[in-house]
Order: sequence, then C-alpha cells, then structure tokens
Amino acid sequence: MKTCLVVDDSSVIRKVARRILEGMDFAITEAEDGQEALDACQRELPDAVLLDWNMPRMDGYEFLRTLRRMPGGDRPKVVFCTTENEVAQIARALHAGADEYIMKPFDKDIVAAKFQEVGLV
Amino acid sequence: MTPFDYDYLRKLLKDRSGLVLSADKEYLVESRLLPIARKNSLGSLSELVQKLKGPGSETLLVAVVEAMTTNETFFLRDKVPFDHFRNSIVPALLKAREAKRKLRIWCAAASTGQEPYSLAMCLKDMGPRLDGWRVEIVATDLSMDVLDKAKAGVYSQFEVQRGLPIQMLLKYFTQTGETWQISSEIRSMVQYRTLNLLGDFTSLGPFDLVFCRNVLIYFDQPTKIDVLERIRRITEPDGFLVLGAAETVVGLTDAFKPVQDQRGVYAPNGAVPAKGAGGFAMPATQRLAANFGAPR
Repeated sequence: MKTCLVVDDSSVIRKVARRILEGMDFAITEAEDGQEALDACQRELPDAVLLDWNMPRMDGYEFLRTLRRMPGGDRPKVVFCTTENEVAQIARALHAGADEYIMKPFDKDIVAAKFQEVGLV
Repeated sequence: MTPFDYDYLRKLLKDRSGLVLSADKEYLVESRLLPIARKNSLGSLSELVQKLKGPGSETLLVAVVEAMTTNETFFLRDKVPFDHFRNSIVPALLKAREAKRKLRIWCAAASTGQEPYSLAMCLKDMGPRLDGWRVEIVATDLSMDVLDKAKAGVYSQFEVQRGLPIQMLLKYFTQTGETWQISSEIRSMVQYRTLNLLGDFTSLGPFDLVFCRNVLIYFDQPTKIDVLERIRRITEPDGFLVLGAAETVVGLTDAFKPVQDQRGVYAPNGAVPAKGAGGFAMPATQRLAANFGAPR
C-alpha cells in the first residue's frame, strides 16, 4: 500500500483529504505544518505528499525546498493543494520541485486525476 | 409528472437525440428539466410536456434535448486514449501521410471543448515533428450551448483542474481572475459545428482519426451499429477510431476491429460497409441485411 503524508493546518481539509486518499488505497499520515511534516519525512519518506502552502511555523514552500535537499528527498511525489492560485505562485512551486498543483476548492476527481498524472495511481 | 408524460419525453429524446432513458431515470429527467419549466414560467413537468406538444415549441424542444444530453467532460479524460494518440496513432499517421502532410481528426461529441483542445495541445507538444503539416480538428456536438462555451475556451478553476496537468495549464492557458482561457493558437486549431449523430454526416469526411467517446453508451444497439458503420464510411482505410472505456465494436459490427494492446482504439476492417439509408431511417433489420450482403 502506498503512503501519503497530508500536510495542512486545517483539520477539516486533512479529514477530507484522508477520506479521498484512503478511498484510493493510500495509507495516510498527517502533519499540521511544514516542520511537523519534515520530522515525519525524517522518520520515514512517504510515496506522496499533499501539501498546503500557508501554514504556521514552516510553510509548504519552505518544507518542499528542504525536503528536496534531504537524502532521498527527491523521491516523494509532491502535490501542492492550496488557495494560492496565481500563475507566479504555481510556477514558483514547480521550480522548487512540486510535481503537481491543486487549487482549492478540490474534489475527489481532481485529486485522483492529479495523482494519476504523476504516476501514483 | 405522470407515466404518460415520462413516456412522451422518453420517446421525444430517443427520436431527437438517440438518448435512451430506462424506466428508472425519472429523477434525472426531473432534475434537468424542472429548471427549464421554471424558466418558461411553467408550473410542472406535465405543463412542460403539454407545451412541447403544442405548436411553436421548437425552441423549447432544443432546450429540453440540450439539457438532457450529458456534458460532463474532462481535459485528457481517462488519460490512456491520449497516451495512445501521442505514442502510437499520430506516429503511425505521420508515417502513412508523409507525402500528403495532412491530417484530419473528428471529435464526434466535443461537448464543451475539452477533448478537441486536449488533442490540439498534445499535437502542439509534439513540436517540430508537425512543422509543415496541415492538421484539421473538426469538433461537433448536438448542443449549440456547449459549442458556444467550447469556442470561447474559457473554463473555471474547477474545470481546468479536471485532468489537465499543471504544466499544460501554465503553457496553454491565460488566467483572468477566477477563469482560465485557452490560447488563441490552440483555439484556432479546432473548427466547431453543430451535428446530430443520428443525421447524415457523410459530408464531414474523410477522416484519419475519429474520437467518438462516451456517446454510444447512451444509444440502443441498432443505433450504435448504425452510427459505427456510418463512421466507418468516412474513416480512411488506414485510419483509427477511438471509443470510450465502456464502449466497444465487438459484438456490434465488424466494420472496425480492435487494435492489439491499445484499449479503446479500433482500425477499419476490410471494405467499407454497404451504404444504407444514410441516416437512421432504415430499420435495423434492413440495415443488418444490407451489410451482410456487402463485400468485405
């Protein structure tokens, strides 16, 4: 079973994402911010990260840059999932190593399509 | 809505669009047609049916047919057919048409444009391989409303995320507030026309490739056979047909045969089937008889 780390400071979003991804046969772990997500990745790298941008302590962008510099940190597929929907922000995320990008609000079909696009399903 | 009203609508939709509604689809009819009844100041679906039966109801009839034909669509829907398009179909056609350097593609149920634009973007991504080629994508649909939306090429944030990789979004779309518009370069690659698949479409052809996905599932068996055989008549002998994941030619007609290892892709099989009445007018038994007698 593939693993996905859901990183979002909203417990509601984490719950919605968990339900969608469990329906796609992913085992889910959760983190409330970028720092907690990094700690989780240092313990064990997931196959995928669904990542919010704006979070306290460490935001999604900083998390991604740090993850990609970690040993093996290029392996997880990172899909941003954020209300940041300006072209410049999207381009910045891709430049930092994001594989895909979801603009909130999202639904099951969008998550499934994006995960399929990066070869996770 | 009385059972008589429902039967009337079922027959009307079958005759006008080929849409087959089973007896348990009343909820679907109600959910889609009640807004039309309200818009026309009619108090119920029974009143809507009465109005449809009366004189001068053509505009209302078009609205009813358009509301009932399914328009759900995604960019690069199902992904696999577009992988076949990029990796097998187009390379085969580029080789076969090297002398003419011309390709004609038909999207037979284009809806709001996601499918023809997906094909256009895939072709554009092939870069210099298509330099000097003339590529025509003809996109048709029964509904004028959806084609107007397709021509504008403007999609909500929700719509552009359905199947479209983020790199393609950035490459081919311009963001305007909450909406995204596909580039004029991609839009100019597609010609739109209103077309009912039950009518004669001979003059559209011939085509090197026909995408006819997720529309045959709404037709009954004789209609599926009729449409497939008429598509065959306007498909080049070395061309291709792509059907939806839940559709097949197997058990319906031998006008096409499945292409090995490419799910959903079909190739013309032998000679063109004998020409029937050029539409849906010929009864299924006669059409079948005519085709059994055709040289193959």
